[in-house]
Parts: sequence; C-alpha cells; structure tokens
Amino acid sequence: MSGDQGSISLLGTSALLFEAPGSMALHSQQRIWALAREAESWPEVREAVPGMNNLMLSFAQAPRALGELEARLHAAWGVAEPLPLEGRVVELPVVYGGAGGPHIGDVVAHTGMSIDEIVERHSAPLYPVYALGSHPGYCYLGGMDPRIATPRRKVPVVSIPGGAVSIGGAQTGVSASEGPSGWNTIGSTSMRFFDPAQDPPALLRPGDSIRFRVEKVIR
Amino acid sequence: MIEILSASALATVQDLGRVGALRWGVGTSGAMDPLALAAGNILLGNDEGAAAVEVPVFPFRVRFAQDCAFAVTGADVAARLDDEPVLPWWCTQARAGQVLNLGLPQGGTWRGSRAYLCLAGGVEVQAVLGSRSTQLRGAFGGHEGRALRQGDTLPIGISKAEPRSTDFGLVPPALALPLQVDGLPAVRVLPAAEYTRYSEASRAAFWSEPWKITAQSDRYGYRLAGTPLEAVSALEMRSHGIVPGVIQVPPGGQPIVQMRDAQPSGGYPKLGTVIEADLWRLGQAPIGSRVRFIETNWDDAVAAMAQTRRWLDEARRLVDLRRSQRGGR
Repeated sequence: MSGDQGSISLLGTSALLFEAPGSMALHSQQRIWALAREAESWPEVREAVPGMNNLMLSFAQAPRALGELEARLHAAWGVAEPLPLEGRVVELPVVYGGAGGPHIGDVVAHTGMSIDEIVERHSAPLYPVYALGSHPGYCYLGGMDPRIATPRRKVPVVSIPGGAVSIGGAQTGVSASEGPSGWNTIGSTSMRFFDPAQDPPALLRPGDSIRFRVEKVIR
Repeated sequence: MIEILSASALATVQDLGRVGALRWGVGTSGAMDPLALAAGNILLGNDEGAAAVEVPVFPFRVRFAQDCAFAVTGADVAARLDDEPVLPWWCTQARAGQVLNLGLPQGGTWRGSRAYLCLAGGVEVQAVLGSRSTQLRGAFGGHEGRALRQGDTLPIGISKAEPRSTDFGLVPPALALPLQVDGLPAVRVLPAAEYTRYSEASRAAFWSEPWKITAQSDRYGYRLAGTPLEAVSALEMRSHGIVPGVIQVPPGGQPIVQMRDAQPSGGYPKLGTVIEADLWRLGQAPIGSRVRFIETNWDDAVAAMAQTRRWLDEARRLVDLRRSQRGGR
C-alpha cells in the first residue's frame, strides 16, 4: 500500500507538501480537494492549498513533532473520496493570434498544425480549474488536448499582459495580471480575474470551469 | 504623515506579511527582515506587525509632517535627523518639518542592506486582505500597490505609547544572534523533496562552498552563483505550493532562493528551504556578498524559531521597563 500513500516533504518550518501518487487526472484532483477540505480544519494548519495533484499545508505554528501530523495526513488521504465540486462555468471570449497572441507561430511550428486547427482544439474542451497559484487570481487548468502541447520557451518573456492565454507544456492558462512568463502566448481575453475589494477576491476557485469562446482569429 | 523626498525606487510599505490568501494565488509579501520590523515596532510601543517603510536603495529622505517618534532598524544607514545623527535601532522623537536622511549601509562587524523606517502608530495605509504589505504583482496593498515615489505621503496611525518616552534602543539581532561559517553570514536549510535527486558532489558543494548573491536578486528571489548543481536524472515537476525560503534549482543548476514576494506556487525542483528563523539574515545580505548554507533538521529549525521569539520577548521586556521608568517620573 505504501506506493499509494503519497509522499510528504518539508518546506522549511512554514509548510509541508503532500504529493499524491499516480498521474494527473480530475479524479485524483478531486481527492486532493477532499483532502484540503479535511486538513484545513486541523489546528496546526493555517491554509490547505491544492496544487496539481498535490497539497501544501501552511502552518499556523510549526508543530513540535511531525510524525503525528504526517500519519494523520496519510490516513486522511487513504479515505479521501473524490469531491466533485460542481462550480460555475465561466466563458472567456478570446482573440487568438495577432499582437495579443505573439507565440502562436511557435505552437504552429512545434505541432505542425494550422492556426485554425490549434484554435479549434484549444477552444473545444471545458477546462476544470484544478488549483489557484502563481499570482493573484491565476488558475491552473486541466484538460488541454495533448496534441497542442508545446514546450515552455527557452528564454522566458519579461512581461506578458493580464488576460494572456498561453500554453506551457501540456497545460494552458490565462495570466491574471502583467508579469514574466515562460509560456507561449496564443491569444488574449479581457476578463478580470482578481479584485482585492471583492469577497472572495478571485473570480474562480477549484471546481469552477473555463470555456474559451473564439471571438476572433487573427491569422 | 510623512512625505517621501527621494526619487529612489523600490522602497515599499511592508508589515509581517499577508497570510491566509494563498488559496487565491496571493503570496505573502512582507518585510525581508521581519525581525527588524518587529523590533522597531516594539521600540515604539506598536503591535509587532505594524506597517513600516522598507528601504533597499540609499540615500533615502522623508519629511515628517507631524511630531512622531520613529526608529530606523535593519541595516545601519548612518541616519540623520536634520543635522543630528540618529542611532540605529533607537527610539527617537522627530518634530513636524524635520527631515530624516538615510545614508549608505555602514560596514563594521555586520553590514545589512535594508533599513526599516518604523513610526509610532505605524504606517496607516489601508489593509487589503488582512495586511498592509505591498503586493507588487497584484498591484494592491501598501501605498497604491506600488513602490514609493517622490512626493508620496503616508498617513501615520495613532500611537499607543507615551509620546515623550523615547531615547532608548536595542542591540541588533545580527550582533545578539550571530550565525557565521568561515567568516561568512550563514543560514540554516532544511532539505526538501528533491534533495536526494542531486549528485553527491553537488550536495557536498552546496553545504561546503560559498554562494554569491548575484545582481539578479530582489524581493522576489535571490539568484545565487556557485558550482552548478547537477541532478542525477531529469526532474519533471507538477506545480505545487511553495513558501519564501524555498531553494529552487532551474535547469542551469544555479539555485534561486524564493524571498518574500515569491509566487505562492512553482514547478522547479527544490533542494531545500532556508528556515523561517534565518530568512531575515538572507534578506539583509547585500547583492555581491557571499553566504553559506548549514544543514539542519526539524527539531533544530523549530528551536531556532523559539530562540527568535525569545529575543523579541526579551526586547519587549526591556523596552517596557525603560518606558515605565520614564513614565513614572
């Protein structure tokens, strides 16, 4: 059973990281959500933050002894049933290519597909939000068609604007604010993903889904 | 109110950080030297987590628009109030109209790189998601979500301390809690998930060699230069939560220590994490200087936190004692 237990490692005295075994899939991610919900009620845990098939627990105060917490975490994972968070579906109109999608040519070059094929494959799925991270309001999405996967850029771009729709390896995402990125930007959307004056401040949460609607394709 | 007179960039409003917002993708931010910020606040009778101005580029000048007790902690920056020298880590009274000048960090037994201008009552910008720290990437918190500029004014909160109880100080933790290896500042590191995936020679080099803090280092992260660290096999990571202090190793093998403005998630392999109790030491290490890493374990890392806590409690006790002696007259 130890292979199914997952692994626990330390992030200093501030947090620990639980990594689930196996491949990245919605079913496994739903168990991560369930584990997060359970762990955030534990007294030593400040936040239980899902990642991609993993979970970070940040400590309100570093526990004196780790063994008991680790055992509790393994046990909770063992009984975690998939939590099917049926969230909202948010539709994002995307302008693909052109000035807002400067790297679509690199995706064409890597995949050998035409711009239209890439747009069709990118806009087809309903993308579940697996986790938030990276920067305020940013969502890690599951479900991209592996045929349009494109390696991250060798040299990261110093700054891409908020709303940039991009592909990095087998993942896709939308930047929520201006900042550096190593991903390939293929389009842009004008949605606002984060507003600190709102409660909650992030537009999306794990279990919500994104659908990219083709507003325009600039070839 | 204080007015910023310098055009020098990168000074920001910081407190002890924005905790509890990781779930929305919001990193903690907060003072690079939280011990200096907390101690400055203790000197002034503030809550330990009151907001202050973090200054990494000098000279830096502000004008007091009101009478206000203040303390400059962190690096010794040869501060002057009008023409009078101001002691570092010292509670001093300013009058309305006086100008405080922070000069270059001084050498001596310890040279820091960041100074904290702490004010009695704290910098009273609006708290956003529970903190006054500047969230540069999200452009919120602090003063308009950005670094301070010439002409900016910052409101000061109402002080809880006796106004005339000033003129006392603290011994900086760099002197009270020193940590060095072979004459270089050192920080303790807990190995992280991918530690054992690096070659034995690389692990040995990590602990035994000095690491230079390159010019590409800032509040987001410190890029270090030294013998490149080689993984035994290629590592593929999934995005996961990280915290300030995590030492990531990108493919080139030169480590990056995540600092206070770090993203809350990442995907590079992690060799270890600079423990929270020592992160202030790194936050004060100047660009171009060299540091050493010391391997530690959970029990010692937790004990180091407790030692830091005891230092702050003792500072609070000493300051309260001074204040009660003066207040009693």
